[in-house]
Amino acid sequence: MLRTIGKRIATAIPSLIGVIVVTFLLTRVLPGDTASFFAGPAATPQAIEEVRKQLGLDRSQPEQFVSYVSHLVRGDLGTSLTTGRPVVTELATRLPASAELTLLGLFIALLIAVPLGIIAAVRQGSWIDHLCRIVATAGVSLPVFFTGLVFVYVFYFILGISPAPLGRLDVFASPPPDITGFYLIDALIARDFETFRAALAQITLPAVTLAVFSLAPIARITRASMLAVLSSEFIRTARASGLKPSTVVMTYAFRNAMLPVITTLGMVFSFLLGANVLVEKVFAWPGIGSYAVEALIASDFAPVQGFVLTMAVLYVLINLGIDLLYGIIDPRVKVEA
Amino acid sequence: MTAQPLLDVRDLTVEFATRRGTVRAIEHIDISLAKGETLGIVGESGSGKSVTSYAVMRILDRAGSIAEGSIVYSGIDVSAASDRELRDLRGREMAMIFQNPRAALNPIRPVGRQIEDVLLEHVQTTRAEAKQKAIEALEQVRIARPEERYHAYPFEMSGGMCQRVVIALALACRPQLLIADEPTTGLDVTTQKAVMDLVTELTRARGMSTILITHDLGLAATYCDRVVVMEKGKVVETALSKDIFARPEHPYTRKLMRATPRPGAALRDLLPLELAAAAPTPPPQAPPGETLLRVEQLVKEYPRQESGSLWPKFLGGKAKEPPVPFRAVDSIGFEVRRGETVGLVGESGCGKSTTSMMVMRLIDPTSGKITFAGEDISAIPARDFAVHPMRRRIQLVFQDPTDSLNPRFTAARAIADPILRSGQSLNDAAIRARCEELAGLVGLPLEFLDRLPHQLSGGQKARVGIARALALNPDLVILDEPTAALDVSVQAVVLNLLQDLKVRLGMSYLFVSHDLHVVRLLCDRVIVMRSGRIVEEGTSEQVLEAPKADYTRELLEAIPHPPV
Repeated sequence: MLRTIGKRIATAIPSLIGVIVVTFLLTRVLPGDTASFFAGPAATPQAIEEVRKQLGLDRSQPEQFVSYVSHLVRGDLGTSLTTGRPVVTELATRLPASAELTLLGLFIALLIAVPLGIIAAVRQGSWIDHLCRIVATAGVSLPVFFTGLVFVYVFYFILGISPAPLGRLDVFASPPPDITGFYLIDALIARDFETFRAALAQITLPAVTLAVFSLAPIARITRASMLAVLSSEFIRTARASGLKPSTVVMTYAFRNAMLPVITTLGMVFSFLLGANVLVEKVFAWPGIGSYAVEALIASDFAPVQGFVLTMAVLYVLINLGIDLLYGIIDPRVKVEA
Repeated sequence: MTAQPLLDVRDLTVEFATRRGTVRAIEHIDISLAKGETLGIVGESGSGKSVTSYAVMRILDRAGSIAEGSIVYSGIDVSAASDRELRDLRGREMAMIFQNPRAALNPIRPVGRQIEDVLLEHVQTTRAEAKQKAIEALEQVRIARPEERYHAYPFEMSGGMCQRVVIALALACRPQLLIADEPTTGLDVTTQKAVMDLVTELTRARGMSTILITHDLGLAATYCDRVVVMEKGKVVETALSKDIFARPEHPYTRKLMRATPRPGAALRDLLPLELAAAAPTPPPQAPPGETLLRVEQLVKEYPRQESGSLWPKFLGGKAKEPPVPFRAVDSIGFEVRRGETVGLVGESGCGKSTTSMMVMRLIDPTSGKITFAGEDISAIPARDFAVHPMRRRIQLVFQDPTDSLNPRFTAARAIADPILRSGQSLNDAAIRARCEELAGLVGLPLEFLDRLPHQLSGGQKARVGIARALALNPDLVILDEPTAALDVSVQAVVLNLLQDLKVRLGMSYLFVSHDLHVVRLLCDRVIVMRSGRIVEEGTSEQVLEAPKADYTRELLEAIPHPPV
């Protein structure tokens, strides 16, 4: 087991090196001059040159790359020019925010989509099957910024049952002691139920917004995969042996139908983690997606490179996790390095 | 016979809702089965024999429904029973075993657990004892080391072993009625015999009634008391097994019997009378010419699955000995002469397919020499052979006529494929003309040339497959169980076609098969293989009438011998 994990991580190293090289090059060919951006609009050419020298941008590209890599090896992702703080610290605070939001959103989506997909497959052609189709189509066709704004409008502005969409906690509350970086979990560990409630109130709307969007693929895949399994021969055997419908559907069919669902889940998760910039913007969520986009607009290289690298590492880890899960569910799958 | 039958099917009609309206799969069927009786239901594909059994178990799929009639099982009206009552009946009172045993088992659940599920469902055991009972069930179907097999997954077992597990599953709750739906199709003859003997023995010991559904009249007559013959959804004849071969009443039964390959029958005897009369008398076969194909010392090895840790290697320790590779084909040699048909016979895993793939030059041999028409073709790597001029001269007809056709290609496109790939520059009209010529040769009506595979019947698809193999005028055609997926009546026609084509076009065949009756009909010489080696070789008469090797005798023994 450990050996396979080790092997898998080892095979990811070349792609990670590729990611490092490509992001470095891409950030250099992007339009926009960092030095003049930071020197300000009123700066003289000498001042801009001064800034350029300070940032090390006057050196040749290979030199810059070498210094970037040598810092990287020491765990230093550089310093953001806009905020003046080390990228590592920024990512360390923002990644849990994004992860917490995405995980909760996916969790809600799973809770709804998987049963919906199963029932839709078992009762193919019934009203619940049509409901599944409508929910899936609606969820995927409504842009997240739109659903997000509608939720804010209804639940905060009209009904007033939701707090202002201003980040992970309202301004007067203090964050729980940092253990996992997930406010909900940290608050529970610290037995600070007041903070837990406040954090939950903040995260509910953005998480539901994400859930509505990610419902569609999960429900559709669950339904399709269940339909395929339900028509297979061993289900006929199970029925012919007089097993209960619940055993047939859950123990026999669903476990076999899970593999494509998990694959989809992994893809949706890695996609949402970095790409839910719009949700983060609408709810002023301090996540890594919005951080990276802001940095990109400001031609701030270090955060962009740090972000891409983090996402690449996460992607490798998530896929590894999925492969290991495959091996647990399906004994025929041998995790290959 | 007892007064009240165990199962009484009266006037049963089953309908399927399809896109083109309702289709009646079976119409007004009457079947009754006494306690302890074994009944065979025989018919070709589409006769409704499987639908009948699914209706009895009420496991028809969504589209199917019982339109008329009644099914009474020991006083209970199955056709009107509630889902709950049905669940109690299934598994406990009546059980079923299926074709394709590996697919009939849950692939990701240990087989022992699957047996437990059934036992627990029908309250035959407690949680604590379930495992013990499941192991006992495995023991009863003579699975060696049942404690170990309890934890095995279906993919870790052979087909015959999986079928034993399916039988154990079906018999776990000691039902009264066992329905066996083509239980041995796709299994080797010796496995078939073992499985059928096991079923007979267990059901007899428990006084059970059995329904055996099969396309093989010989199998049904061997193992059943009575036989029901079905055609196109109707029962055409019911007779005692001992009478059916002697006095078949219905013309369809007679046709089916004629078409079944059997000792003493020639190729032409398989055709229906009217076709046999119309068929040209087989032209005298020219004596085999010079050697076309010579195989010498042919070996194919596959590496075994590597097991164990790699750590010793990393830590600089002594690397383990590499595992001994598996020899699929172990130093065999034979010849095929011009105009000759050589049969390659053996059970699954004996290396016959590997041998044919090497001769076909689709895979590279580990060592040995294949000489074709005087040229050493084993020296040409398999991946270069596809574009080699020699490719034209060795062609293949595949086992499954459906799977071996591209579903998006029309029959004409499929037949033209080798021509297009051979690099000949022919214009469209010439290719079309060649396709039509080939279609005429294999007896495929020209209007079918523009159809897609799913619009063709099994026999028509087989003809397309043969026409495609003939497209480049090969000298040697490898026939890989070309009729295994066909009904017997279609098989009879296709076998005759193959024989006529061979004589007409002066080709040689390498005929790969596990069906000794078919081999007898078509082949001049037979090679019997086992575990990668040749155990016997000789003319068809020699090998099949007076076998020398024990293994050949065992194979011949295992063929069902109906009471004639």
